Amino acid sequence: MKKEIYFDNAATTKVREEVIEEMEKFFDEKYGNPSSFHYKGLEAKKAVDEARKRVARILNCKADEIVFTGGGTESINLALKGVAFANRSRGKHIITTKIEHPAVLNSCKWLEKQGFDVSYVDVDADGLVKIDEFKKAIREDTILISAMYANNEIGVVQNISEIGKIARERGIYFHSDGCQAAGALDIDADKLNVDLLTLNGSKIYGPKGVGLLYIRDGVRIEPWIHGGGQERGMRGGTENVAGIVGFAKALELVQNEREKENERLIILRDRLIEGLLKIKDTRLNGHRTKRLPNNVNVSFFDIEGESILLHLNEKGIFASTGSACSSHSLEPSHVLLALGLPHEVAHGSIRFSLGKETKEEDVDYVLRVIPEIVSDLRKISPIKINNAKGSNEK
Amino acid sequence: MKGERYSDLRSREGDESWFYSKTVKEHFFNPKNFMNDDEVENYEYDGLGMVGSPACGDVMKVWIKVDEKGEKIKDLKWQTFGCASAIASTSVMSVMVTEKGGMKIKDALKLRPKDILKRLGGLPKIKIHCSVLGDQALRAAIDDYLKRKKRMTGKENEN
Repeated sequence: MKKEIYFDNAATTKVREEVIEEMEKFFDEKYGNPSSFHYKGLEAKKAVDEARKRVARILNCKADEIVFTGGGTESINLALKGVAFANRSRGKHIITTKIEHPAVLNSCKWLEKQGFDVSYVDVDADGLVKIDEFKKAIREDTILISAMYANNEIGVVQNISEIGKIARERGIYFHSDGCQAAGALDIDADKLNVDLLTLNGSKIYGPKGVGLLYIRDGVRIEPWIHGGGQERGMRGGTENVAGIVGFAKALELVQNEREKENERLIILRDRLIEGLLKIKDTRLNGHRTKRLPNNVNVSFFDIEGESILLHLNEKGIFASTGSACSSHSLEPSHVLLALGLPHEVAHGSIRFSLGKETKEEDVDYVLRVIPEIVSDLRKISPIKINNAKGSNEK
Repeated sequence: MKGERYSDLRSREGDESWFYSKTVKEHFFNPKNFMNDDEVENYEYDGLGMVGSPACGDVMKVWIKVDEKGEKIKDLKWQTFGCASAIASTSVMSVMVTEKGGMKIKDALKLRPKDILKRLGGLPKIKIHCSVLGDQALRAAIDDYLKRKKRMTGKENEN
Protein backbone atom coordinates (compact mmCIF):
# COMPACT_ATOMS: atom_id res chain seq x y z
CA MET A 1 0.00 0.00 0.00
CA LYS A 2 1.28 3.42 -0.95
CA LYS A 3 2.61 5.49 1.92
CA GLU A 4 -0.02 7.92 3.25
CA ILE A 5 0.88 10.75 5.56
CA TYR A 6 -2.03 12.93 6.56
CA PHE A 7 -1.11 16.52 7.26
CA ASP A 8 -4.56 18.03 6.86
CA ASN A 9 -6.04 17.64 10.35
CA ALA A 10 -7.29 21.20 10.31
CA ALA A 11 -9.62 20.14 7.51
CA THR A 12 -10.86 17.07 9.30
CA THR A 13 -9.60 14.24 11.47
CA LYS A 14 -9.81 10.50 11.65
CA VAL A 15 -12.45 9.35 14.11
CA ARG A 16 -10.75 7.56 16.98
CA GLU A 17 -11.56 4.02 18.07
CA GLU A 18 -12.99 4.89 21.46
CA VAL A 19 -15.39 7.31 19.82
CA ILE A 20 -16.54 4.77 17.23
CA GLU A 21 -17.08 2.23 20.01
CA GLU A 22 -19.33 4.58 21.92
CA MET A 23 -21.26 5.56 18.82
CA GLU A 24 -21.84 2.08 17.43
CA LYS A 25 -24.65 0.99 19.71
CA PHE A 26 -26.69 4.01 18.78
CA PHE A 27 -27.03 2.81 15.22
CA ASP A 28 -28.55 -0.61 15.67
CA GLU A 29 -29.19 -1.06 19.38
CA LYS A 30 -30.16 2.18 21.04
CA TYR A 31 -31.60 3.65 17.87
CA GLY A 32 -34.67 5.35 19.29
CA ASN A 33 -35.83 8.91 18.75
CA PRO A 34 -35.21 10.89 21.95
CA SER A 35 -38.63 12.51 21.63
CA SER A 36 -40.52 9.21 21.53
CA PHE A 37 -42.71 8.30 24.47
CA HIS A 38 -41.50 4.76 25.15
CA TYR A 39 -38.45 3.03 26.58
CA LYS A 40 -36.63 3.05 23.25
CA GLY A 41 -37.02 6.81 23.06
CA LEU A 42 -36.14 7.29 26.70
CA GLU A 43 -32.93 5.33 26.31
CA ALA A 44 -31.85 7.62 23.46
CA LYS A 45 -32.92 10.73 25.37
CA LYS A 46 -30.84 9.65 28.36
CA ALA A 47 -27.80 9.30 26.11
CA VAL A 48 -28.21 12.82 24.73
CA ASP A 49 -28.74 14.25 28.23
CA GLU A 50 -25.64 12.45 29.48
CA ALA A 51 -23.61 13.78 26.57
CA ARG A 52 -24.88 17.27 27.27
CA LYS A 53 -23.83 17.03 30.93
CA ARG A 54 -20.37 15.77 29.98
CA VAL A 55 -19.85 18.64 27.60
CA ALA A 56 -21.17 21.17 30.10
CA ARG A 57 -18.60 19.98 32.63
CA ILE A 58 -15.83 20.71 30.14
CA LEU A 59 -17.18 24.14 29.25
CA ASN A 60 -17.91 24.86 32.92
CA CYS A 61 -21.50 25.79 32.14
CA LYS A 62 -25.02 24.54 32.74
CA ALA A 63 -26.28 21.61 30.69
CA ASP A 64 -29.14 23.55 29.20
CA GLU A 65 -26.76 26.19 27.92
CA ILE A 66 -25.64 23.64 25.31
CA VAL A 67 -27.46 23.29 21.98
CA PHE A 68 -26.35 20.44 19.76
CA THR A 69 -26.31 21.24 16.05
CA GLY A 70 -25.30 19.73 12.73
CA GLY A 71 -21.79 21.14 12.81
CA GLY A 72 -19.64 24.21 13.27
CA THR A 73 -21.07 26.07 10.31
CA GLU A 74 -24.61 25.56 11.55
CA SER A 75 -23.69 26.74 15.05
CA ILE A 76 -22.11 29.86 13.62
CA ASN A 77 -25.16 30.58 11.49
CA LEU A 78 -27.39 30.18 14.55
CA ALA A 79 -25.20 32.39 16.70
CA LEU A 80 -24.88 35.25 14.24
CA LYS A 81 -28.29 35.24 12.62
CA GLY A 82 -30.14 34.19 15.76
CA VAL A 83 -28.62 36.96 17.87
CA ALA A 84 -28.87 39.58 15.13
CA PHE A 85 -32.55 39.01 14.55
CA ALA A 86 -33.46 38.69 18.22
CA ASN A 87 -31.78 42.01 19.03
CA ARG A 88 -32.74 44.02 15.98
CA SER A 89 -34.74 46.46 18.04
CA ARG A 90 -31.69 47.23 20.18
CA GLY A 91 -29.27 47.79 17.35
CA LYS A 92 -28.04 46.70 13.98
CA HIS A 93 -24.26 46.76 14.22
CA ILE A 94 -22.01 43.70 14.34
CA ILE A 95 -18.24 43.60 14.69
CA THR A 96 -16.06 40.74 13.51
CA THR A 97 -12.54 40.21 12.16
CA LYS A 98 -11.09 39.94 8.67
CA ILE A 99 -9.73 36.46 9.29
CA GLU A 100 -12.88 34.61 10.31
CA HIS A 101 -14.00 31.35 8.76
CA PRO A 102 -16.26 31.84 5.71
CA ALA A 103 -19.20 30.62 7.81
CA VAL A 104 -18.87 33.81 9.84
CA LEU A 105 -17.99 36.10 6.95
CA ASN A 106 -20.73 34.87 4.64
CA SER A 107 -23.32 34.96 7.42
CA CYS A 108 -22.26 38.56 8.00
CA LYS A 109 -22.52 39.36 4.31
CA TRP A 110 -26.04 37.95 4.31
CA LEU A 111 -26.91 39.96 7.42
CA GLU A 112 -25.65 43.10 5.66
CA LYS A 113 -28.17 42.41 2.93
CA GLN A 114 -30.85 42.20 5.60
CA GLY A 115 -30.00 45.69 6.79
CA PHE A 116 -27.35 45.09 9.43
CA ASP A 117 -24.02 46.96 9.48
CA VAL A 118 -20.89 44.90 9.88
CA SER A 119 -17.40 46.13 10.73
CA TYR A 120 -14.49 43.84 9.88
CA VAL A 121 -11.56 44.54 12.19
CA ASP A 122 -7.99 44.30 10.89
CA VAL A 123 -5.27 42.00 12.15
CA ASP A 124 -1.56 42.77 12.34
CA ALA A 125 1.09 41.16 10.17
CA ASP A 126 1.18 38.14 12.51
CA GLY A 127 -2.56 37.62 12.37
CA LEU A 128 -3.30 38.95 15.85
CA VAL A 129 -6.43 41.00 16.20
CA LYS A 130 -5.86 44.67 17.03
CA ILE A 131 -7.73 45.01 20.31
CA ASP A 132 -7.85 48.80 20.06
CA GLU A 133 -9.57 48.53 16.72
CA PHE A 134 -12.32 46.53 18.37
CA LYS A 135 -12.80 49.26 20.94
CA LYS A 136 -12.83 51.93 18.25
CA ALA A 137 -15.34 50.00 16.17
CA ILE A 138 -17.91 49.79 18.95
CA ARG A 139 -20.98 51.95 18.39
CA GLU A 140 -24.08 52.76 20.42
CA ASP A 141 -25.99 50.22 18.39
CA THR A 142 -23.48 47.34 18.43
CA ILE A 143 -25.24 44.14 19.44
CA LEU A 144 -22.71 41.42 18.71
CA ILE A 145 -18.98 40.81 18.41
CA SER A 146 -17.64 37.63 16.85
CA ALA A 147 -13.97 36.66 16.92
CA MET A 148 -12.48 33.24 16.32
CA TYR A 149 -10.44 31.64 19.08
CA ALA A 150 -7.88 29.93 16.81
CA ASN A 151 -7.61 30.45 13.07
CA ASN A 152 -7.89 27.40 10.84
CA GLU A 153 -5.47 28.59 8.15
CA ILE A 154 -2.56 30.04 10.11
CA GLY A 155 -3.35 28.63 13.56
CA VAL A 156 -3.04 31.99 15.30
CA VAL A 157 -4.65 32.14 18.76
CA GLN A 158 -6.46 35.31 19.83
CA ASN A 159 -6.80 36.77 23.31
CA ILE A 160 -10.46 35.86 23.55
CA SER A 161 -10.98 36.62 27.22
CA GLU A 162 -9.78 40.17 26.71
CA ILE A 163 -12.13 40.77 23.80
CA GLY A 164 -14.90 39.20 25.87
CA LYS A 165 -14.16 41.55 28.73
CA ILE A 166 -14.48 44.57 26.45
CA ALA A 167 -17.75 43.27 25.04
CA ARG A 168 -19.16 42.65 28.50
CA GLU A 169 -18.24 46.12 29.73
CA ARG A 170 -20.26 47.58 26.89
CA GLY A 171 -23.18 45.16 27.20
CA ILE A 172 -22.48 43.56 23.83
CA TYR A 173 -22.89 39.84 23.17
CA PHE A 174 -19.67 38.03 22.32
CA HIS A 175 -19.44 34.91 20.14
CA SER A 176 -16.31 32.93 19.42
CA ASP A 177 -15.74 30.22 16.83
CA GLY A 178 -13.76 27.66 18.78
CA CYS A 179 -13.75 24.80 16.28
CA GLN A 180 -9.99 24.71 15.79
CA ALA A 181 -9.27 25.45 19.45
CA ALA A 182 -11.17 22.61 21.13
CA GLY A 183 -8.35 20.13 20.66
CA ALA A 184 -5.63 22.21 22.23
CA LEU A 185 -6.91 25.08 24.32
CA ASP A 186 -8.98 25.79 27.42
CA ILE A 187 -12.65 26.13 26.49
CA ASP A 188 -14.05 27.21 29.86
CA ALA A 189 -16.84 29.58 28.86
CA ASP A 190 -16.46 31.74 31.96
CA LYS A 191 -12.70 32.13 31.63
CA LEU A 192 -13.14 33.08 27.99
CA ASN A 193 -15.82 35.66 28.80
CA VAL A 194 -17.95 34.39 25.93
CA ASP A 195 -21.71 34.52 25.63
CA LEU A 196 -21.73 32.12 22.72
CA LEU A 197 -19.18 29.50 21.68
CA THR A 198 -19.14 27.28 18.60
CA LEU A 199 -17.53 23.85 18.68
CA ASN A 200 -17.61 20.86 16.34
CA GLY A 201 -16.65 17.21 16.22
CA SER A 202 -14.78 16.84 12.97
CA LYS A 203 -11.57 18.57 14.06
CA ILE A 204 -11.18 16.62 17.32
CA TYR A 205 -11.21 12.99 16.16
CA GLY A 206 -14.98 12.93 16.42
CA PRO A 207 -17.69 12.47 13.81
CA LYS A 208 -18.47 14.94 11.05
CA GLY A 209 -21.87 16.58 10.92
CA VAL A 210 -22.23 17.38 14.61
CA GLY A 211 -21.40 20.47 16.62
CA LEU A 212 -22.70 22.63 19.39
CA LEU A 213 -23.45 26.18 20.30
CA TYR A 214 -22.97 27.26 23.90
CA ILE A 215 -25.51 29.97 24.70
CA ARG A 216 -25.10 31.70 28.04
CA ASP A 217 -28.29 31.96 30.11
CA GLY A 218 -30.04 35.20 29.39
CA VAL A 219 -28.75 35.75 25.85
CA ARG A 220 -31.56 36.86 23.56
CA ILE A 221 -31.41 34.64 20.50
CA GLU A 222 -33.85 33.29 17.95
CA PRO A 223 -33.74 29.71 16.73
CA TRP A 224 -32.79 29.29 13.14
CA ILE A 225 -33.93 25.78 12.33
CA HIS A 226 -37.60 25.46 13.16
CA GLY A 227 -39.12 22.06 13.62
CA GLY A 228 -40.24 19.75 16.39
CA GLY A 229 -38.99 21.89 19.23
CA GLN A 230 -35.88 19.82 19.97
CA GLU A 231 -32.98 21.31 21.93
CA ARG A 232 -35.48 23.33 23.98
CA GLY A 233 -36.83 24.91 20.85
CA MET A 234 -33.44 26.17 19.72
CA ARG A 235 -32.82 23.62 16.99
CA GLY A 236 -35.48 21.52 15.34
CA GLY A 237 -34.83 18.06 14.01
CA THR A 238 -34.39 14.56 15.37
CA GLU A 239 -31.15 14.56 17.30
CA ASN A 240 -28.11 12.88 15.79
CA VAL A 241 -27.80 10.69 18.88
CA ALA A 242 -24.80 8.68 17.74
CA GLY A 243 -23.04 11.84 16.59
CA ILE A 244 -23.78 13.71 19.80
CA VAL A 245 -22.52 10.86 21.96
CA GLY A 246 -19.41 10.53 19.80
CA PHE A 247 -18.81 14.27 19.91
CA ALA A 248 -19.00 14.35 23.69
CA LYS A 249 -16.60 11.42 23.97
CA ALA A 250 -14.16 12.99 21.50
CA LEU A 251 -14.23 16.30 23.34
CA GLU A 252 -13.60 14.61 26.69
CA LEU A 253 -10.65 12.70 25.31
CA VAL A 254 -8.90 15.64 23.63
CA GLN A 255 -9.43 17.93 26.58
CA ASN A 256 -8.05 15.33 29.01
CA GLU A 257 -4.98 14.75 26.87
CA ARG A 258 -4.34 18.22 25.62
CA GLU A 259 -1.48 19.25 27.85
CA LYS A 260 0.62 16.25 27.03
CA GLU A 261 -0.43 16.17 23.40
CA ASN A 262 0.34 19.87 22.97
CA GLU A 263 3.84 19.30 24.32
CA ARG A 264 4.38 16.48 21.86
CA LEU A 265 2.93 18.39 18.93
CA ILE A 266 4.85 21.58 19.58
CA ILE A 267 8.12 19.69 19.31
CA LEU A 268 7.06 18.18 15.97
CA ARG A 269 5.57 21.45 14.72
CA ASP A 270 8.73 23.39 15.52
CA ARG A 271 10.88 20.70 13.92
CA LEU A 272 8.85 21.05 10.74
CA ILE A 273 8.90 24.85 10.82
CA GLU A 274 12.65 25.04 11.37
CA GLY A 275 13.31 22.51 8.65
CA LEU A 276 11.10 24.30 6.12
CA LEU A 277 12.55 27.71 6.89
CA LYS A 278 15.97 26.37 5.97
CA ILE A 279 14.76 26.40 2.36
CA LYS A 280 15.58 29.79 0.96
CA ASP A 281 12.84 32.30 0.12
CA THR A 282 10.38 30.65 2.48
CA ARG A 283 8.36 32.40 5.15
CA LEU A 284 6.15 31.32 8.05
CA ASN A 285 2.66 32.78 7.98
CA GLY A 286 1.17 33.81 11.31
CA HIS A 287 2.65 34.43 14.74
CA ARG A 288 5.56 32.15 15.55
CA THR A 289 4.44 31.12 19.03
CA LYS A 290 0.87 32.32 19.53
CA ARG A 291 -0.32 29.56 17.26
CA LEU A 292 -1.88 26.15 17.58
CA PRO A 293 0.55 23.35 18.47
CA ASN A 294 -0.31 21.53 15.24
CA ASN A 295 -0.32 24.32 12.64
CA VAL A 296 2.41 25.06 10.12
CA ASN A 297 1.61 27.49 7.32
CA VAL A 298 4.45 28.56 5.04
CA SER A 299 4.81 30.36 1.75
CA PHE A 300 7.39 29.27 -0.79
CA PHE A 301 8.21 32.26 -2.99
CA ASP A 302 8.02 32.06 -6.77
CA ILE A 303 5.88 28.94 -7.02
CA GLU A 304 2.21 28.11 -6.71
CA GLY A 305 0.43 26.11 -4.03
CA GLU A 306 -1.71 23.67 -5.98
CA SER A 307 1.26 22.45 -7.97
CA ILE A 308 3.17 21.88 -4.72
CA LEU A 309 0.21 19.94 -3.34
CA LEU A 310 0.05 17.72 -6.41
CA HIS A 311 3.72 16.80 -6.01
CA LEU A 312 3.18 16.13 -2.31
CA ASN A 313 0.12 14.06 -3.16
CA GLU A 314 2.22 11.85 -5.43
CA LYS A 315 4.58 11.28 -2.54
CA GLY A 316 1.66 10.32 -0.27
CA ILE A 317 1.67 13.56 1.71
CA PHE A 318 -1.69 15.24 2.13
CA ALA A 319 -1.76 18.96 2.91
CA SER A 320 -3.63 22.14 1.96
CA THR A 321 -3.01 25.46 0.19
CA GLY A 322 -4.08 29.09 0.28
CA SER A 323 -3.69 29.49 -3.45
CA ALA A 324 -6.52 30.79 -5.58
CA CYS A 325 -5.90 28.10 -8.18
CA SER A 326 -7.94 25.70 -6.11
CA SER A 327 -10.89 28.04 -5.88
CA HIS A 328 -13.25 29.76 -8.28
CA SER A 329 -12.08 33.27 -7.71
CA LEU A 330 -8.78 34.87 -8.57
CA GLU A 331 -8.30 35.84 -4.96
CA PRO A 332 -6.05 33.72 -2.76
CA SER A 333 -6.72 33.13 0.95
CA HIS A 334 -8.44 36.09 2.59
CA VAL A 335 -6.58 35.32 5.79
CA LEU A 336 -3.16 35.56 4.17
CA LEU A 337 -4.15 38.76 2.38
CA ALA A 338 -5.32 40.19 5.71
CA LEU A 339 -1.77 39.66 6.99
CA GLY A 340 -0.67 42.05 4.27
CA LEU A 341 1.03 39.41 2.14
CA PRO A 342 1.36 40.17 -1.55
CA HIS A 343 -0.95 38.02 -3.68
CA GLU A 344 1.82 35.93 -5.17
CA VAL A 345 3.16 35.01 -1.74
CA ALA A 346 -0.32 33.98 -0.65
CA HIS A 347 -0.59 31.83 -3.80
CA GLY A 348 2.54 29.95 -2.80
CA SER A 349 1.31 28.94 0.65
CA ILE A 350 1.00 25.43 2.05
CA ARG A 351 -0.64 24.44 5.33
CA PHE A 352 0.54 21.33 7.19
CA SER A 353 -1.71 20.54 10.15
CA LEU A 354 -0.37 17.76 12.37
CA GLY A 355 -2.41 15.31 14.42
CA LYS A 356 -2.43 12.52 16.95
CA GLU A 357 -0.98 10.08 14.47
CA THR A 358 1.81 12.33 13.26
CA LYS A 359 5.24 10.99 14.12
CA GLU A 360 8.71 12.45 13.90
CA GLU A 361 9.51 10.27 10.89
CA ASP A 362 6.52 11.79 9.06
CA VAL A 363 7.88 15.27 9.63
CA ASP A 364 11.32 14.14 8.49
CA TYR A 365 9.85 12.57 5.37
CA VAL A 366 8.25 15.87 4.42
CA LEU A 367 11.54 17.67 5.04
CA ARG A 368 13.35 15.17 2.81
CA VAL A 369 10.86 15.46 0.00
CA ILE A 370 9.94 19.13 -0.08
CA PRO A 371 13.24 20.78 -1.06
CA GLU A 372 13.35 18.97 -4.40
CA ILE A 373 9.68 19.75 -5.12
CA VAL A 374 10.31 23.41 -4.41
CA SER A 375 13.45 23.57 -6.52
CA ASP A 376 11.85 21.68 -9.44
CA LEU A 377 8.96 24.14 -9.53
CA ARG A 378 11.29 27.12 -9.12
CA LYS A 379 13.33 25.89 -12.08
CA ILE A 380 10.37 26.35 -14.38
CA SER A 381 9.06 29.56 -12.84
CA PRO A 382 9.50 33.01 -14.42
CA ILE A 383 9.01 34.75 -11.07
CA LYS A 384 11.73 35.84 -8.67
CA ILE A 385 10.14 37.88 -5.92
CA ASN A 386 13.36 38.65 -4.08
CA ASN A 387 15.54 39.73 -6.94
CA ALA A 388 13.96 41.18 -10.01
CA LYS A 389 14.40 38.47 -12.62
CA GLY A 390 17.39 39.48 -14.75
CA SER A 391 15.91 40.56 -18.01
CA ASN A 392 17.82 39.40 -21.03
CA GLU A 393 15.57 41.33 -23.34
CA LYS A 394 17.23 42.92 -26.33
CA MET B 1 -17.41 34.92 -0.89
CA LYS B 2 -17.02 32.60 -3.81
CA GLY B 3 -14.67 29.69 -3.62
CA GLU B 4 -12.28 28.70 -0.94
CA ARG B 5 -9.01 26.84 -1.17
CA TYR B 6 -8.54 24.96 2.05
CA SER B 7 -10.58 21.83 1.95
CA ASP B 8 -12.31 22.68 5.19
CA LEU B 9 -13.64 25.82 3.57
CA ARG B 10 -14.12 24.77 0.01
CA SER B 11 -17.47 24.60 -1.68
CA ARG B 12 -17.19 22.97 -5.04
CA GLU B 13 -19.68 24.09 -7.62
CA GLY B 14 -21.56 21.08 -8.98
CA ASP B 15 -19.72 17.82 -9.15
CA GLU B 16 -16.46 18.95 -10.75
CA SER B 17 -13.86 16.27 -10.67
CA TRP B 18 -10.37 17.35 -9.70
CA PHE B 19 -8.69 14.40 -11.20
CA TYR B 20 -6.35 15.33 -14.00
CA SER B 21 -5.97 13.29 -17.18
CA LYS B 22 -2.90 11.13 -17.73
CA THR B 23 -1.61 13.66 -20.25
CA VAL B 24 -1.95 16.57 -17.86
CA LYS B 25 -0.14 14.62 -15.17
CA GLU B 26 2.58 13.58 -17.60
CA HIS B 27 3.21 17.19 -18.64
CA PHE B 28 3.07 18.36 -15.05
CA PHE B 29 5.47 15.80 -13.59
CA ASN B 30 7.74 15.76 -16.66
CA PRO B 31 7.37 19.14 -18.31
CA LYS B 32 8.82 19.44 -21.81
CA ASN B 33 10.81 22.32 -23.33
CA PHE B 34 11.01 24.45 -20.22
CA MET B 35 13.69 27.09 -19.98
CA ASN B 36 16.26 26.48 -17.30
CA ASP B 37 17.31 29.52 -15.31
CA ASP B 38 20.97 29.15 -16.26
CA GLU B 39 20.07 28.89 -19.96
CA VAL B 40 18.24 32.22 -20.06
CA GLU B 41 21.38 34.38 -20.33
CA ASN B 42 22.65 32.64 -23.46
CA TYR B 43 19.42 31.80 -25.25
CA GLU B 44 19.28 33.76 -28.48
CA TYR B 45 15.60 34.24 -29.06
CA ASP B 46 13.62 35.94 -31.78
CA GLY B 47 10.44 36.57 -29.83
CA LEU B 48 9.59 36.87 -26.14
CA GLY B 49 6.09 37.00 -24.64
CA MET B 50 4.87 37.12 -21.06
CA VAL B 51 1.23 37.00 -19.94
CA GLY B 52 -0.73 36.75 -16.73
CA SER B 53 0.10 38.26 -13.37
CA PRO B 54 1.58 36.89 -10.15
CA ALA B 55 -1.27 38.51 -8.28
CA CYS B 56 -3.70 36.28 -10.19
CA GLY B 57 -1.61 33.18 -9.66
CA ASP B 58 -0.75 32.51 -13.30
CA VAL B 59 2.27 33.77 -15.26
CA MET B 60 3.61 32.29 -18.48
CA LYS B 61 6.78 33.38 -20.24
CA VAL B 62 7.53 32.07 -23.74
CA TRP B 63 10.70 32.36 -25.84
CA ILE B 64 10.69 31.40 -29.53
CA LYS B 65 13.34 30.91 -32.19
CA VAL B 66 12.27 31.37 -35.79
CA ASP B 67 14.06 29.94 -38.85
CA GLU B 68 16.02 32.15 -41.27
CA LYS B 69 13.23 32.21 -43.85
CA GLY B 70 11.04 33.64 -41.11
CA GLU B 71 8.40 31.02 -41.64
CA LYS B 72 8.70 28.32 -39.00
CA ILE B 73 9.07 28.29 -35.23
CA LYS B 74 12.07 26.04 -34.82
CA ASP B 75 12.32 26.19 -31.03
CA LEU B 76 10.13 27.25 -28.10
CA LYS B 77 10.98 27.43 -24.43
CA TRP B 78 8.83 28.52 -21.53
CA GLN B 79 8.56 29.19 -17.82
CA THR B 80 5.31 29.12 -15.84
CA PHE B 81 4.20 30.17 -12.37
CA GLY B 82 0.89 28.49 -11.69
CA CYS B 83 -1.00 25.32 -10.95
CA ALA B 84 -0.70 21.93 -12.65
CA SER B 85 -3.16 22.98 -15.37
CA ALA B 86 -1.10 26.05 -16.17
CA ILE B 87 2.19 24.16 -16.27
CA ALA B 88 0.72 21.30 -18.34
CA SER B 89 -0.91 23.78 -20.75
CA THR B 90 2.35 25.57 -21.51
CA SER B 91 4.22 22.28 -21.78
CA VAL B 92 1.77 20.66 -24.18
CA MET B 93 1.55 23.87 -26.22
CA SER B 94 5.35 23.86 -26.53
CA VAL B 95 5.25 20.31 -27.90
CA MET B 96 2.46 21.09 -30.35
CA VAL B 97 4.36 24.07 -31.73
CA THR B 98 7.80 22.46 -32.06
CA GLU B 99 6.98 18.88 -33.07
CA LYS B 100 7.47 17.60 -36.62
CA GLY B 101 10.08 20.21 -37.40
CA GLY B 102 8.10 23.10 -36.03
CA MET B 103 4.86 24.91 -36.89
CA LYS B 104 4.69 27.60 -39.50
CA ILE B 105 3.99 30.96 -37.90
CA LYS B 106 0.72 31.32 -39.72
CA ASP B 107 -0.37 27.94 -38.38
CA ALA B 108 0.78 28.75 -34.88
CA LEU B 109 -1.37 31.87 -34.99
CA LYS B 110 -4.33 29.67 -35.85
CA LEU B 111 -3.84 27.57 -32.70
CA ARG B 112 -6.77 27.92 -30.32
CA PRO B 113 -7.21 27.14 -26.59
CA LYS B 114 -9.51 24.27 -27.51
CA ASP B 115 -6.65 22.64 -29.43
CA ILE B 116 -4.53 22.77 -26.29
CA LEU B 117 -7.45 21.41 -24.25
CA LYS B 118 -7.98 18.56 -26.69
CA ARG B 119 -4.33 17.58 -26.65
CA LEU B 120 -4.38 17.62 -22.85
CA GLY B 121 -7.36 15.30 -22.74
CA GLY B 122 -9.43 18.00 -21.11
CA LEU B 123 -9.18 20.12 -17.99
CA PRO B 124 -11.60 20.66 -15.07
CA LYS B 125 -14.03 23.44 -16.00
CA ILE B 126 -12.53 25.97 -13.64
CA LYS B 127 -9.08 25.39 -15.14
CA ILE B 128 -9.98 26.08 -18.73
CA HIS B 129 -8.60 29.59 -18.45
CA CYS B 130 -5.14 28.02 -18.16
CA SER B 131 -5.36 26.77 -21.73
CA VAL B 132 -6.47 30.24 -22.81
CA LEU B 133 -3.43 31.73 -21.09
CA GLY B 134 -1.15 29.21 -22.85
CA ASP B 135 -2.56 30.30 -26.19
CA GLN B 136 -2.10 33.97 -25.26
CA ALA B 137 1.51 33.40 -24.22
CA LEU B 138 2.31 31.88 -27.61
CA ARG B 139 0.58 34.73 -29.36
CA ALA B 140 2.51 37.29 -27.31
CA ALA B 141 5.83 35.70 -28.28
CA ILE B 142 4.87 35.64 -31.97
CA ASP B 143 3.64 39.25 -31.84
CA ASP B 144 6.93 40.26 -30.27
CA TYR B 145 8.86 38.48 -33.05
CA LEU B 146 6.80 40.18 -35.76
CA LYS B 147 7.29 43.59 -34.15
CA ARG B 148 11.05 43.10 -34.00
CA LYS B 149 11.10 41.89 -37.60
CA LYS B 150 9.25 45.00 -38.69
CA ARG B 151 11.65 47.18 -36.77
CA MET B 152 14.64 45.44 -38.38
CA THR B 153 13.30 45.70 -41.92
CA GLY B 154 12.33 49.28 -41.15
CA LYS B 155 15.92 50.05 -40.10
CA GLU B 156 17.28 48.32 -43.19
CA ASN B 157 15.07 50.41 -45.41
CA GLU B 158 16.31 53.57 -43.72
CA ASN B 159 19.92 53.01 -44.73
